[in-house]
Amino acid sequence: MKVTEHELHAYVDERLEPLERREVEAHLAAHAEDAARVQGYREQNAAFRAAFDPVLDEPVPDRLRRIDTSRRSARIAVAAGWLAVGVAVGWFAHALVGVRSGPAPQSLARQAAIAHAVYSPEIRHPVEVGAAEQEHLVNWLSKRLGAKLKAPLLAAEGFELVGGRLLPGPGGAVAQFMYQDAKGKRLTLYVSRVEGTQRDTAFRFSQEDKVAVFYWIDGPFGYALSGEFAKPQLLDVATSVYKQLNP
Amino acid sequence: MDLQAIAPHIPRLRRYARALAGDQHAADDLVQDTLERAINKHHLWRQGSDLRAWLFAIMHNVFVNQLRARAARPESALDEDDLPPVPSVQGARLEIRDLESALALLPPEQREIVLLVGLEQLSYAEVARALDIPIGTVMSRLFRGRERLRTLLTGASPAPVLKAVK
Repeated sequence: MKVTEHELHAYVDERLEPLERREVEAHLAAHAEDAARVQGYREQNAAFRAAFDPVLDEPVPDRLRRIDTSRRSARIAVAAGWLAVGVAVGWFAHALVGVRSGPAPQSLARQAAIAHAVYSPEIRHPVEVGAAEQEHLVNWLSKRLGAKLKAPLLAAEGFELVGGRLLPGPGGAVAQFMYQDAKGKRLTLYVSRVEGTQRDTAFRFSQEDKVAVFYWIDGPFGYALSGEFAKPQLLDVATSVYKQLNP
Repeated sequence: MDLQAIAPHIPRLRRYARALAGDQHAADDLVQDTLERAINKHHLWRQGSDLRAWLFAIMHNVFVNQLRARAARPESALDEDDLPPVPSVQGARLEIRDLESALALLPPEQREIVLLVGLEQLSYAEVARALDIPIGTVMSRLFRGRERLRTLLTGASPAPVLKAVK
């Protein structure tokens, strides 16, 4: 019975039926050279596993866990560009008090404004998870940020939840909730984990080019509410958000 | 589908990429490009089909593009049979370094198949689909790749490659 090369390899890879396997084994018993090859190929497979299986247990690098589309990175670069002037002005204009570690509140406002500028114009993919799956959204983002989050209800202020997404931030994962009014005008709530000894802060305001931002630190989180709205209207919404998060 | 769905596959993509690309940095670049492309092209993934096989297919395309981009070494100009003989590593027991250097000496199209079959345990048909080539081509590259690797690792004299495929 002639055994084909295909069968020898299928034998190595354990893809033969019992009958075929016995045929191959009979062949190998009579053909030392083929038996040596099969042994060599089997050792290769074992050596691959021995050499590369440890990769499975390595922690996945951050750059692979927070991946997103290159198209999106390009848009972040553009948004960061047009915000740079406003940010530079804001950076020097706002003296910071009581900040000892972690991302400074000003950078929180800037990151939030950039994220707002990038995602709020999106027509088709403004969020990763829509408001229809609100419970899943909140659980998912809470899990990734490592503390319980809430998506405030802003219907009284005229905004409904669109959904949310996970973003990379300077200190790890960041959540962004997006809302829109009846005209489709959007605001975003950016929630970032604040590490270290930062104290709670009062509302601070920053105008990042066209985007107005109210931001504050409360417990483990820094919050930033961003939108192209007049300051008093945004303040109303920020007040509502703050109250709902501190019932 | 989003990164959430893909995330469980990342460790195995990294394992394969490490074996394919050699060093960790190049391997993770390969994985990163693969993930970005998968997310950009998620609408092309057929719901219910094997996501992992689809990701390997994408990684193959990214890998081939990366090879093409390294224009200094045009792979297509070399027929694998014309490659000069490579000095073999003597001694039967192989060290990891020897394995990695021997893998690096395989033509990339053989390395991919030897690893997809031997390391990732894809079936021959799955490999053919992932690489978008006929199964006969998969088999002949597997035969050649394994035999070349064996001679590199053990210093054995190459067995004649049988052209006949069942």
